[in-house]
Amino acid sequence: MTVLDPLLEPLSFEFMRTALAVTLMAGVVCGVLSCWLVLVGWSLMGDAVSHAVLPGVVLAYVVGAPFALGALLFGLLAVTLIGAVRDTSRVKEDAAIGVVFTTLFALGLVLISVTPSQTDLNHILFGNLLGVSRADLVQVLVLGAVALAVVVLKRRDLTLFAFDPVHAHAIGLSPRRLGALLLGLLALTVVVALQAVGVVLVVALLITPGATAHLLTDRFSRMLWIAPLVAAGSGVVGLYASYYLDTSSGGTVVVTLGLAFALAYLLSPRHGLVATRFASARRRRLTRV
Amino acid sequence: MNGSGKSTLFKAIMGMVRPDRGTVLLDGAPPARARRAQAVGYVPQSEDVDWAFPLAVRDVVMTGRYGFQGWTRRPRAADREAVAHALDRVGLSDLADRQIGALSGGQRKRAFVARGLAQGATTLLLDEPFAGVDKRSEATITALLRELAADGACVLVSTHDLHALPALADEAVLFLRRVLLRATPAEVLRPENLALAFGLEAAP
Repeated sequence: MTVLDPLLEPLSFEFMRTALAVTLMAGVVCGVLSCWLVLVGWSLMGDAVSHAVLPGVVLAYVVGAPFALGALLFGLLAVTLIGAVRDTSRVKEDAAIGVVFTTLFALGLVLISVTPSQTDLNHILFGNLLGVSRADLVQVLVLGAVALAVVVLKRRDLTLFAFDPVHAHAIGLSPRRLGALLLGLLALTVVVALQAVGVVLVVALLITPGATAHLLTDRFSRMLWIAPLVAAGSGVVGLYASYYLDTSSGGTVVVTLGLAFALAYLLSPRHGLVATRFASARRRRLTRV
Repeated sequence: MNGSGKSTLFKAIMGMVRPDRGTVLLDGAPPARARRAQAVGYVPQSEDVDWAFPLAVRDVVMTGRYGFQGWTRRPRAADREAVAHALDRVGLSDLADRQIGALSGGQRKRAFVARGLAQGATTLLLDEPFAGVDKRSEATITALLRELAADGACVLVSTHDLHALPALADEAVLFLRRVLLRATPAEVLRPENLALAFGLEAAP
């Protein structure tokens, strides 16, 4: 039992049990969604949506609405604005993304500065795992379950959208609608992960797990298992590390996730740096002989 | 020829762009209805495909069956059978579990043709299918397309490769922003006719 004590001891506190539940849910949902985001090439979009929810969160606190509602509204607003600017002007998509999300993020900062607040800027920006209220926990679990259910049921269509939207169109599906679905799921997922790692670091959970899994397998169906495992595992490890090292919880979770990526990048059996270098060195040796 | 508008023509056939003038009919039906009937198959240009995408050959061919499946696209026995049959027909059964990018240039094309077969497409569009494909694979693909055409499918190929044309097609269209000439490959390939397209290139 003594071996397990360091693992069980933190769980005697309710705030740690809540933090663990939020981390696991955020890790699983973000991990699954990140598989599509990295393959479609929507990393910047993930960054944009996660930053753009800031004013929504602040306004929700001001009017006493659930923070998830405000965040979701502004996430969808950001997505709509980006699409509108891209489609109705000569501005390219990455520029449209850059303009829209920085503006909304800045609006959030302005709102915070004029809000006589119990809203702590640091908590919104960098997460507040240890201060998640019961109501927040329920929101996170419900929204996470909804996002997860939709994503699992529509996974084949989303993968087709990521791989070959023209074929999707040719067989009578609507790539535009599938893209909108993925963006909606992105907004929902950002809201789920907000409490865990904050507005600034959500994007790490939305990209790194999928990128790590892509290094480890050539099968999308396996990516869908590896990515959430990596994300939730890093979340748990990071949470415990932050408890014992007394460090920022969101920060520690994301650093752990980054280390997991680094390991895969270097040591993945087929696509890792070491393996590919070793293989090319061997090829050179063989050709020399 | 680049910039001649053949990609746009393909897009119009698939209903991805609306033509400024004229109408597109596939077997008498507008493109939207043809798409819903799973009549339109499409083999993309190599550079439009993410070859590092983590899907196996079999998974890619299975996407040809999505139009027949329920909204979660769960494959049924009939779908698996159609996929196996299509893979067999293009000679990729042994490579079905390879990642799509781990195939040679010619095998990649055959995988996408198999997708059209699994779909049962009656109009098959191929955009530059012979770019980056060795001569032997080209012959295999040509034979396969010939078979499909003999079975009654309409196979449309856009190509720069004039040498391969007589073996490939029964009918050729010389295209430069509009149809310049529609005739047999031998007729189209006569120097004075080719000059219609290539000679115009120099003009402003």
